[in-house]
Amino acid sequence: MSVTTPDISAAAQRTAFLDGVNPVSKILAMVVLSIPLLATIDWVSSTVAVAIELALVPLCGVAVRDVLRRSIPLLAFAPIAGISMLLYAEPGGRIHAQFLLATVSDDSIALAVAVALRVFALGLPTILLFSRVDATELADGLAQVARLPSRFVLGVVAGVRLLGLFVDDWRSMELARRARGVGDAGVIRRFFSMAFVLLVFAVRRGSKLATAMEARGFGADVERTWARPSRLSWRDGVFLLGCVCIMAAATGTAVAVGSFRFVGS
Amino acid sequence: MAGGARVVASGWGWRHAGRKAWAVAELSFDIEAGERVLVLGASGAGKSTLLAGIAGLLGGDDEGETTGELRIDGVDARSARGRSGLVLQDPDAAAVFSRVGDDVAFGCENLGIEREEIWRRVRRSLDAVGLGVDLDRRTAELSGGEKQRLAIAGVLAMEPRVILLDEPTANLDPAGVLDVRDAIERTVVREGTTLVVVEHRTEIWADLMTRVIVLDPSGGVLADGEPDAVFAQEGDRLAAAGVWVPRHPIGMPLALDAPAGAVVLEADGLAIGRPGAPVVRSAIDLSIPQGHATVVVGPNGAGKSTLALTLAGLIPEREGLLTGAPSLAGRRGQRPAQWSSRELLTRIGTVFQDPEHQFITATVRDELAVGPKALGLGPAETEERVDALLAALGLGALALANPFTLSGGQKRRLSVGTVLASRPAVMVLDEPTFGQDRVSWIRLVELLRAEVAAGTTVVAVTHDAGVVAHLGESVVELTGASQGVALRGRAA
Repeated sequence: MSVTTPDISAAAQRTAFLDGVNPVSKILAMVVLSIPLLATIDWVSSTVAVAIELALVPLCGVAVRDVLRRSIPLLAFAPIAGISMLLYAEPGGRIHAQFLLATVSDDSIALAVAVALRVFALGLPTILLFSRVDATELADGLAQVARLPSRFVLGVVAGVRLLGLFVDDWRSMELARRARGVGDAGVIRRFFSMAFVLLVFAVRRGSKLATAMEARGFGADVERTWARPSRLSWRDGVFLLGCVCIMAAATGTAVAVGSFRFVGS
Repeated sequence: MAGGARVVASGWGWRHAGRKAWAVAELSFDIEAGERVLVLGASGAGKSTLLAGIAGLLGGDDEGETTGELRIDGVDARSARGRSGLVLQDPDAAAVFSRVGDDVAFGCENLGIEREEIWRRVRRSLDAVGLGVDLDRRTAELSGGEKQRLAIAGVLAMEPRVILLDEPTANLDPAGVLDVRDAIERTVVREGTTLVVVEHRTEIWADLMTRVIVLDPSGGVLADGEPDAVFAQEGDRLAAAGVWVPRHPIGMPLALDAPAGAVVLEADGLAIGRPGAPVVRSAIDLSIPQGHATVVVGPNGAGKSTLALTLAGLIPEREGLLTGAPSLAGRRGQRPAQWSSRELLTRIGTVFQDPEHQFITATVRDELAVGPKALGLGPAETEERVDALLAALGLGALALANPFTLSGGQKRRLSVGTVLASRPAVMVLDEPTFGQDRVSWIRLVELLRAEVAAGTTVVAVTHDAGVVAHLGESVVELTGASQGVALRGRAA
């Protein structure tokens, strides 16, 4: 097997402030950090949020290189979101250019900038908070802190572990199709037939894993214990308060400079 | 540990929901506490079903129906979970968590053991199976033998009174097989735990066992007694049913040394590695003799499969050059990696380690027709080739079955058949006899010997000493070091 292990094993030292925060708090933090940004649309609040978050990168324990690498999808998506706003947002203010349905106006430029920035403001915290979350740790948190049913939580965690195997399956299937003389053409058709076989694998691996889990007493009538404690500590309080402050600073600045604007207003 | 438990079946049977035939029927036996039992039987005799039954995994009415009784220390097996622990065949499918310590702890957690006690047991079980790795070690990074020992440790930590092993060494290399056997000997035998093992490769376990029970596919028990007595009495019948009976000859001539002659594939300063992964071996100089069988051996992780994929032209050389004989040259030259998928078809055919990866159609017949169709052969010739192969592979009755529903041995034969259908000059096979019972093993090796006799070049990566003895006209050994290969004399 050649599954690439996540960065957690590579980053041997787990000493950053964020490593002491419970994963459940991180999920809560995502809600705190995203709802104000989803409900409003202006460029100041997201700029402030992104700026503060970038300043806090050292506390997150994620290497700057990794932040950049994981931001690549954002760099690709932000301009797409921005350009569609630029061309098709409701025109307002001075009109700069017009082509068929597309109109570039003062309002649409402002909106385009705001939307592109928002992609970053929503994506960056996800990268910073969850790059180093371990699936096992998350399961412990969800079951012991958030009190979700253990069957559900462990089932999902075990399922996620299988995803790595699917990557290997896919590569082997690609090679096998080349070996069988059907690898030259028909990319789309090949993709769908491989996707279907992968689905078959998924079901079979899933049921095998379920058997393996039951064979070790999973689902017995006994009250389950947890080998690794998962609790909240003062760090979680400080962390969540910090997240609220970031949002307060972001929206507060926007209100102060008069650019604050709700979605649709 | 708490010693063993007594396992009693009285007229026990199980039928999977939606099936007509009973998987196990009318089964009665009495296994005393601390006995070590090897369960044998032809494939389809219900060996795995029996283990699942003892493990208490065959439950609800939606899964199937049951008759008679199966009791562990007097308690119905279904309510005795935790008294027995089951280790499955495929160690890859068994790991639940990504870290070694967490994975061993999983069973204890399910049984509601206290936290401090869990970690005491985790360390003790890992010591017992001789897996001296860090608790934070990734399960994905372990070798096959280590993974299987991890699975055994996970079961030992539950301190069961019955340990059930379902073909625990089928997927392992020889070193891994010994490690697993030793781990079981050190723990189960010493603690007096009851042990029930299902395994085709009896020679590994025979001397550890106190009893052999042979299941009759039509229900009940065929033979039951001390290993030597059962093998003496039932040896021939078991061998014919596919069981590897100890000291039972295969009856096939040994392979002879390949004479020096034409070369079909030549590796010069070759470095190999999967795309995007590090180079696993470099400085390989190797000639594959034309029209003969070459076997490639070496420990897990030595790069055997990667070498097979490279020789097969499926992944490019990382350094150096792999060249095919001039007679094989394609439109873009003599390097197999540059041949098109269709050109490859008549030049080099590959049988993958996991046959399922190469199935692309819905029936056995269509699967065999893929190659001939890709070559542009007419329907008449395609049909002729497919029919001949169905007969040769013993798959005629299954022509319309879905390839995924075949047994392990049948899948393997079909995957070999898909390659034979396009009649390539060279066949590359990765572990062709992996997990095969005696009957399909003989069939497969005979098939490959016939191909070699007919002029096909065969390259087989294998752990199987039988394949080396009966197929290996030339033996290439990948050693522990990450450079080069050694040609080994047949006598070695």
